[in-house]
Parts: sequence; C-alpha cells; structure tokens
Amino acid sequence: MTKILTKHFDSEPKFHELETYRKLGGYESLKKALGMERAALLAEVKKSNLRGLGGAGFPTGLKWETVPSEDKVPGPRFVVVNADESEPGCYKDRILLTRAPHQLIEGLLIASYVIGAKDSFIFIRGEYQNQYDILEKALAEADQAGLLGAVKIHLMRGAGAYISGLDTALLETMEGKKAWPRQPPPFPTVAGLMAKPTVVNNVETLSMLPFIVREGGEAFAKIGGPKSGGTVVFSISGSVERPGLYEFPMGVKLRDVLLACGGPLPGRKLKGVIPGGTSMPPLMEKDLDIQLDFDSVRAAGTFLGAGGMIVLDDTMDAVEIAHNIERFLTHESCGQCTPCREGSNWSERILHRLLDGKGEAADIDNLSRVGENITGKVICALGDTVGMVLKGYIGRYPEDFKKRVKSNG
Amino acid sequence: MGKIVKYKLNGVEREAPEGQLVIEAAKDAGVEIPHYCYHPALGNPGNCRMCIVDVAGAPKPQVSCRTGVREGMDVKSDTDAVKRAQASALELHLVNHPLDCPVCDQSGECGLQDYYMKIGQYQSEVREDKEHKDKRIVAGPHVMLDQERCILCTRCTRFVDNVTKTHELGIFGMGHTERIDVTPGMTLDNAYSGNVVDICPVGALTDRDFRYKVRVWYLDKTDSICPGCSRGCNISVHANTARPWHNDGKRVARLKPRMNMDVNGYWMCDDGRYGFTNLDADRLGKVLRLSPVKTELSWVDMASEIAPLLGEGLAVVASGMLSNEDWAAYKSLFADKLNVTQHYFSSEPDQVGVEDELLRRKDKVPNLKGAEALGLKSGSFDELAKNLASGKIRTLYVIERDLTKIWGDKAAGLLAKAGVSILQGPNKYALGDSFTYRLPATAYVEEEGHFTNFEGKIGAYKKALSPIGDARPDWDIFALLGKALAAGRKREVAA
Repeated sequence: MTKILTKHFDSEPKFHELETYRKLGGYESLKKALGMERAALLAEVKKSNLRGLGGAGFPTGLKWETVPSEDKVPGPRFVVVNADESEPGCYKDRILLTRAPHQLIEGLLIASYVIGAKDSFIFIRGEYQNQYDILEKALAEADQAGLLGAVKIHLMRGAGAYISGLDTALLETMEGKKAWPRQPPPFPTVAGLMAKPTVVNNVETLSMLPFIVREGGEAFAKIGGPKSGGTVVFSISGSVERPGLYEFPMGVKLRDVLLACGGPLPGRKLKGVIPGGTSMPPLMEKDLDIQLDFDSVRAAGTFLGAGGMIVLDDTMDAVEIAHNIERFLTHESCGQCTPCREGSNWSERILHRLLDGKGEAADIDNLSRVGENITGKVICALGDTVGMVLKGYIGRYPEDFKKRVKSNG
Repeated sequence: MGKIVKYKLNGVEREAPEGQLVIEAAKDAGVEIPHYCYHPALGNPGNCRMCIVDVAGAPKPQVSCRTGVREGMDVKSDTDAVKRAQASALELHLVNHPLDCPVCDQSGECGLQDYYMKIGQYQSEVREDKEHKDKRIVAGPHVMLDQERCILCTRCTRFVDNVTKTHELGIFGMGHTERIDVTPGMTLDNAYSGNVVDICPVGALTDRDFRYKVRVWYLDKTDSICPGCSRGCNISVHANTARPWHNDGKRVARLKPRMNMDVNGYWMCDDGRYGFTNLDADRLGKVLRLSPVKTELSWVDMASEIAPLLGEGLAVVASGMLSNEDWAAYKSLFADKLNVTQHYFSSEPDQVGVEDELLRRKDKVPNLKGAEALGLKSGSFDELAKNLASGKIRTLYVIERDLTKIWGDKAAGLLAKAGVSILQGPNKYALGDSFTYRLPATAYVEEEGHFTNFEGKIGAYKKALSPIGDARPDWDIFALLGKALAAGRKREVAA
C-alpha cells in the first residue's frame, strides 16, 4: 500500500531528527523547488489534485492561485500552518508533528516560496505542549543547518478554543482578538492575517508537498482517486481492535479500512462509522463499499473531514452520542451568531431531557426543526454542524430516539 | 458606490447603486428587512441572522446586510421560506430572553416585540429553563445593563470601540454564557454613553434617568434641535402630557437624537441629552413688577410701562439661546428702533465648555451664529461690569441668562447699580427676585423657530409643549415692546 507521510514511521524511530530526515532524502525537495519557477511549482500542485486535508477539501492549488500577485498587491504575504487540531476523534496532526516535524517544515518552506512569504507561521493547539517542543527543536535544527533561507518561521500557540481551528477564527486569534470567525468575502488569500494575503493550510496538506515536488504532481494524483490526489491519514478510534494512525490512498474502500484496523470489535455489530471527526454524520453499513475521498463521501451524505474516524457499534446509543457531540459544540460555540449560540445550547438541553427519560414525542420533531433552522443560516461551519449532527443521528437512528420518549400510557 | 444597476426586489424591478447593501437598497425602496445587529453607522457584523433573504442562484439564504446589489440580481424578502427563516432566527433570539416585558422600559419600542408581532406569532416550543445572567449592572452614570435581555448584537461594543474609541464595554465568555459587560476597571462614563441605550434594540441597556418613569407609548415625540451647544444636534423631544402623574411631574421625559448626516449623524452627547430635561423648574409664570411693590401686570400694561424706560443708558444682556426669529425681532427693537449699542451676548465666560472631535462644541448655546448673521456684535462682560459700576447704565435688560454665572458674588451688587432691571426668560435663575420687572418667555420646547449652528446650517425646532403661565416667545415680547414704543412716540408727537 502506498504511503507518503507515514512511510518511515515504523522503520525509522528517529525520523523526527534532522539527521535521519536528511539521510532519507529530506530537504532535497526544497532544494529542487528553490531551483524552479514559482509558476511551475504552482502548476505541479494543481496537477496533483492535492486537497485541503484539514477537513474542507478545498483544492490547494486553486487556493494558492487566488493569492494576488506582488505587482497587483505589493507588501507582505503569509503562509499559516493550521496545527490547531481540535476535532474530537482527530489526532493525525499530533502524530505527524511528533514523528515528522521536518516534513512539515520542508512543506511550509516550499509553500512560502511559491506564495512569496517571508514570514510564515505555525499556529499550534495550546494543549500540544510536547509537539510545540518538538517543533521548536526541529526549527532550531533547520535554522542551524541554514535550511530556512530567507523565511522566518514563527511558532504561535492557541489558547484552547476549538473554533480557532477554523481558518478565519485562527487569524483573528493570531491578531490577538477573540476567536470569532470572519465572514468571507474577502477570503484570507486576499485579506487574511493583518488584512494581507494569507494562505492557511493544514499540517497534513503541507506535509504532502515534499513528495509532490520530488515525484511530480501527476504521480501524486495517480495515487488517489479522480479528484482527490495522494493519500489520506486516518486517526481511528472507537470500536476497533487496533486504533491508531492509518495512511491509505484517497478513494480507499471503507470496508478495507475497517479490515485493517479491526472494527468493529469482535461480537459487536457495526452501527456506523464517523468518517472525519464528530462533526460529520456517520456512514452506515450500506456505505461499506463507497470510496473514501472528498466527493464520494459527500455524495453519501457526510464529509471526509479531517480523517478522525470513529467506529460505532451496536452497544452504543445514538441519543447519547448526539448529546455528547452537542454538548461539545455548545461548549465550543463562539457565541458570535445567534442561531448557533442559542440553538446549540437549546438542542443539548432537549437531548439531555431525552436522556433523563423526560422526553416527549414532540421533542424529536422539535430537535429536527431547530437543527434545520441553524444549518446554512449561521456564520461558520461549527453552526452548520450543530444542525447536521441532529439531522444525521435522528435520521439514521430513529429507533434510538423513539426509545427515549416516555410512553403516554 | 458604483454605477446605478437594475435588480429585482420581490419581483419588482428597481434601481440601486451597484454594491449598495441589499438591506439598504430595500429600505430605500420602502421594504423593511428585519435586523438587529446591522446599523448604518456601526457596520454589518451579520451576527443576528435576521435579515436573511433569498438571492436567486445562491446555494443558501443570504444575509442582506452583507450582500451587495448586483446587476440583474433577483432578491426576495417575502417568500414563505424567507419568512420562516426570519421567524426561526427570532425564535432562537427568544430562547433565553426573559419575558419581563411588563417591567421592561424597552416595552413598546423593542425590536423583539416588534418583530414578534410582525413575523413571529408562533407558539413557543421552549420547555427548558432560561439561562440566568446578571440583571442589574450599573454600567455608568447614565446606563443600566441587563445581561439576560441582551441578544449580543454587539452594537454597543462597536459604538464604544469605533465611535467613542473608549472601550468601556466588551464581550466576555463564549457560547451561550457569553455576555456583554463593563470592561474591568472601567465605567461607561464617556461623554456619549447615552447613545448605547438608543442603539440597543432590546431592553438590555436602559437609561437610568428614564427607567420606570413613564411608558413609552404615552410619549409625544416632536422634532427639535438640542440647545446644548452650537452643534445643533437634531433631536426628538419625548414629552409626557398624557400621564402627568408619571415622570415626577416633569413634562419632558427624555431627549433622543434624530438622524441628520449633515449635522450629528445618529448621535448626541450626554450633556445635551441629560442637561435639558428639567425645563419646568423655577419657571416665570406671570408678568411681574417686583418693586417697589410686587404687582402682576398684563402684557399690554407691562409694554406701555416699560417702553418709555428703554432708551439712553440701556444695555442688553442676551445669549445664544435665542432663535433666528428672536434675533430678528431683537435687532429690530434694540438696534434699529432704540439704537442700543451695548449688546452683551458673548458665550464667554459662562456659556463655554468642553469641545471634542465628535460633536461637542465650545459654545454651550445653540445660536450665536444667528446674531452674527444679522451683524450684531457683543461687548465683553468685563466692560459691562465697568459700565454698571460707574453708573453709566440706567436700564439693564437681561434675556435668558444667569448673571451670577458671569460675575459670581459681584452680580447682585452690579445688578443693583442699574436703576431699572428687566429679566426676560423661561426661568428665574439665581437673582430672579432682584429685578424690577420679570417677563416670562417660552422655553425652546414651547415655541417653534430656527437655530443656525456653528457651520451656518439652519435647523428647525417645533413646538412640543404648551407654554407655562403667561409665557410668550421672545420675539413676541420684543414685538410687543416695539408696538408700545411706536404708540408712545405717536402720543409724544400728538402732544
């Protein structure tokens, strides 16, 4: 099975150190990139079908292309690494940062060269203290080896809000403000950090760049599916025998992923699979043969997200799961727009009442209605999620909900 | 703003400048789209999600406060789906909003009530308890904050961040426990703090001066001009005559700014707002001769008695409180008919104060420009004091001014030097009992007229209340005296 990011993870315990990374060909891609035209590099990235692996799945080349050129908008431009991984169920960036910090730094340097950024930033989740230390050390190594060139890489730490993982909220936080998402337009690539053109990319996305530069965009595209190139890293948990990090080519079948990790646990029946972190409604047994890439998963009514796969089995209850997720979203709602601020809390409390055995049949209809009134009518994706989760679980597991309604008799 | 383009609003073809916000274009077309957070002077954060409209071709509903008009655009604000979306946004605003309307001062002018009647009218599905937050926060000298009523539209924080740049209010916490609060270590005491009450669409920020005084639906609203300084902010006088036993007997309940982009925008200062509300204290009700014996006079008798006293040795003290109409009559009487050369209406020393970059002007009277425009010039009050002391002045005519504020303790002595003294104005002031005559004039809310502001812009104010007692407008009193003067001269000629 083709692996790109985690290829050396099993064989090279010291992959995080510069010496090992260079021994295995590290930073050669950077050297090659710096010898190429920026336009040619951009063309390779576009050809690669690399898509944003932080969850949105937006084509990376297309995003980069919308950065206005220096003659149109002079002045600084920035590349920001989104390492604020906070989605429940996702831990792939944590492992990538721990095991392959140089892979990210090399990718970031390549991106900075293409974008023309002299200052680049890694915004890392505040709780990732170990990974911060690892990155700090790796950056020092790279600097000492003269690899950073003209680019200054700044490490910044988050203060704990889930919403900071959303690009525009992340930029607000970096500017020292409350992490309230912005409402594009303008998009960050036009007016991002300090209103300057800014590319925000996820850790995993940027880590793919050394491979794309080395092997070419076409080779990368060929590994994956038709519109999603390369590989995808899943962090798998839940009802599985071997939880952990798994790298597959884009478009791998759900059935094969479950086989690899051993899910569901023996003696249990599959209830569903959350594909990309708790914000996404689960895939069902009927979806076992769909290909896991951005478009196919979307067609199945959910999202590939950030690869935080959680396997659900028949011992789990959908109302409890939905309540757990809504409680998280209520806690993390930034409070900026009314539907999300009020709606998340309201639906959590209705779910809580259902769990308490005080639910009525009307509550389920009301939950669906509240969810519908939130999704699509809010500022950012967190709000959309509040409604999507309600709809997702009530729609997929109506029996679990009906069981919670107290009988009239 | 770009060129004029054609677009459709609710099926009707309309024109608007390209890029104009749909919510504004609709307003121009007479279509009100519900909203809380949007305010033309405070921006469009798009957080209330009330102004949702349908734009043909867009994948989901759009907020009209963040959508610009484009050529050929097809906007619908009246479809069932849009109305449902707006009603559901309202429903979410009300999930945790307390139903304390009966004791809320905003009742009757509340955005939640208004839109509930207009687009809501659903049966509440909320079976959960309301969130509790702090209900009684003294935000500053003029403003109370009730966090439970707040819908977090952030208009007030944007006001203190962007207009006054003083940052006394902020947003604290996150999610459903989020609240507006006073910044630690600060108090909402900037010179424009009352405006946050006006812009608050709900009852979260209320006026300490107005709280629990009178229900807003009893108020009569009259267009007026603030007389507090030479800016001439356009205001609305909210008077309570329907329930005279409310509001501690005061007829003017509150002043509110009235939008005029050429003068004051949407705002007014606290000095103006809270400095002029009690106009009814110490009013001059009757026309009086106070010495040698206190005697009530009719206006006509007063005029024929006073007219002969006006002449040689007359000095007139006035102020920029006079309207353009008053100044014209003033000039006709004193400058043209009586050839008075001693006019004293300068704002120095007692009618000057703080000036700032937003609205407040140094001259704390509304209409010095009106006198200037007629060529009237003021002497200094030092000079007047000298002339009084040396006995050069036989008659002192004081219009709407407190002499103790000009001369302090010396005022009484100086006033006594004048053989005859006349006080004309709405209020008695400190030395009101030491004059020979007292002529009641109307307060600005009891007359109509015009003020010319420091930039030469003329503003009209209308009559909000009936005069108290026998009070007449200043110009009317001047005209009466002018007539008596002419009649007296005729008698002289005839004799």
